[in-house]
Amino acid sequence: MKPRTMFEKIWEAHLVRPADADTPAILYVDLHLVHEVTSPQAFTWLRERGLPVRRPERTVATMDHSTPTTPRGRDGKIPILDNAAAMQIAALEKNCADFGIELHALGSDGQGIVHVIGPELGVTQPGEVIVCGDSHTSTHGAFGALAFGIGTSEVSHVLATQTLLQQPPKTLAVTIEGTLRPGVTAKDLVLAVIARLGIGGGTGHVIEYRGSAIRALSMEERMTVCNMSIEAGARAGMIAPDETTFAYLKDRPRAPKGAAWDKAVAAWRQLPSDPGATFDREEKFDAAKLEPMITYGTNPGMGIPIGGDIPASLGPSDAKALAYMGLTDDKQLLGHKVDVVFIGSCTNSRLSDLRAAATIFKGRKVAPGVRTLVVPGSQAIKKAAEAEGLDRVFLEAGAEWREAGCSMCIAMNGDQLKPGQYAVSTSNRNFEGRQGAGGRTFLASPLTAAAAAVTGRVTDARDLV
Amino acid sequence: MEPFKTLTSKTVVLPVENVDTDQIIPARFLKATSKAGLGSKLFADWRFDAEGKPKGDFVLNRPEAAGAAILVAGDNFGCGSSREHAPWALVDYGIKAVVSTSIADIFRNNSLKNGLVPVVVDKAAYAKLLAAPGAVVTISVEDRTLTLPDGSHASFPIDPFARYCLLNGVDELEFLLSHEAAITSFEARRG
Repeated sequence: MKPRTMFEKIWEAHLVRPADADTPAILYVDLHLVHEVTSPQAFTWLRERGLPVRRPERTVATMDHSTPTTPRGRDGKIPILDNAAAMQIAALEKNCADFGIELHALGSDGQGIVHVIGPELGVTQPGEVIVCGDSHTSTHGAFGALAFGIGTSEVSHVLATQTLLQQPPKTLAVTIEGTLRPGVTAKDLVLAVIARLGIGGGTGHVIEYRGSAIRALSMEERMTVCNMSIEAGARAGMIAPDETTFAYLKDRPRAPKGAAWDKAVAAWRQLPSDPGATFDREEKFDAAKLEPMITYGTNPGMGIPIGGDIPASLGPSDAKALAYMGLTDDKQLLGHKVDVVFIGSCTNSRLSDLRAAATIFKGRKVAPGVRTLVVPGSQAIKKAAEAEGLDRVFLEAGAEWREAGCSMCIAMNGDQLKPGQYAVSTSNRNFEGRQGAGGRTFLASPLTAAAAAVTGRVTDARDLV
Repeated sequence: MEPFKTLTSKTVVLPVENVDTDQIIPARFLKATSKAGLGSKLFADWRFDAEGKPKGDFVLNRPEAAGAAILVAGDNFGCGSSREHAPWALVDYGIKAVVSTSIADIFRNNSLKNGLVPVVVDKAAYAKLLAAPGAVVTISVEDRTLTLPDGSHASFPIDPFARYCLLNGVDELEFLLSHEAAITSFEARRG
């Protein structure tokens, strides 16, 4: 048999009907994650056609994008001050109740960012096809799943049929060998990959991240890497499952148990790409040469080593980006003033991210005039962080400790930059206005973000250790 | 969905690369539970100033852009967020086709489901469109061609199924529902 890539194995195992000359493949979906922003219209269309949700037990919903992350009131509830958001949240509650879908509602213990709670619950598993009306669904590829973002029409297709029409993508191997140096994180690694590929460089491809540097990453770090695949234009990024994956999943609430676990692990061991499998394209990186990265422009491909020079404007689009960022006359980002620091998002809001940030905050204070938000990715992470005292480290330093949600990554929930403000953010997008109209975002790791918070400037965190 | 066979319209040219869906419609307008009326928020932060007044220098605000149904934009149009609100806003505004040298995957998929035609052309054809903003051009889904102002034709790729759906106004959900038996048998096979 011809050696196959992991992508090909998963793709072929989910074909209800293969692609032919006239029609795309019909691909079966194992897990459909739903949130409040990209689903209401899809449920409306189901109602209009009188259709049920075909497999509600394969559907899990939460609320994260438009939900506030402000601390709870005395009644233990999270106040929703925005009427439109309140209506959207109520719509998801009604839709899940009417169609029999499991919902982790605002204020409940299971609530959190959709790409954080899937792995936490153990519903994200190797070999699955996972979709969600959100481009950062690529996160789940860290488990050796084929996971990608879809639009609301496709959300309705999956709700009604548990399938999608899909044209087969191409495959791109991103191979990273060697050892990351101290202070260089998974976030830096993926920002370096995107800087080389460019924001459109992965369009039409599924990325498989490979090599010794990837094997050495924890599951949380692998999620950070796969999460940002879309920022290079690739709909999905994936990493072969291994002992690290199995150790993370074992005993999760929804992971298989007992004999079913052993059977599942045996099947998952067959997933990695076969020796000799060919990819349409390959890019190689040397982990030991990577530096902490930071973005200077208005897309995530505009990244540089933190001590590097801002590239001179190459064309009208670059000039537009530098003008928006107010960096036309700057040579470097190091030392640049910072107004806000945001630590959170589906990229970097997990316990290990918070622990990394806390190593910088411990015994230091947030610089005067800097607003710092630390936003855990889920209620479970919030509880775990509080159990080990991380919340006190952040609060004593002068940072805000918030409820779980997307927060300032998407700025549709009350957390946002003011026009002209500069933020160092651990999130995934630095598009114009992404964190609030007129706001300006430097993307970086939790270490770099925390270092900016305590110094008030773009700082190489390695100088603070 | 209305069938889409050909479209003749003047162009509006936005010569910016990597236009992301956060620009097409900023996230703060995604709190709606229907898709109606999003055209008024299209390119909101590029079209309007902080007081909500139109910015005169933005291409869509120029008088000559009125009525243009074909948006010509720089490479990698529609990158970023998967929000289908982006094609909803474009369609609601009156745009029926987007022409670029490349179009991001999710945006392309979302557009086709809303009768918004994604047209990818080579750099030479794009340069001609850039040089003649407001020119009247014709897109034929039937022939997979874009007829340029100088009378030349540029062909564009569109997969046979997408073309079939556009030409006949076919809704993909109906097509999937017609494969109910195959889906049931797949589920039975996998247990």
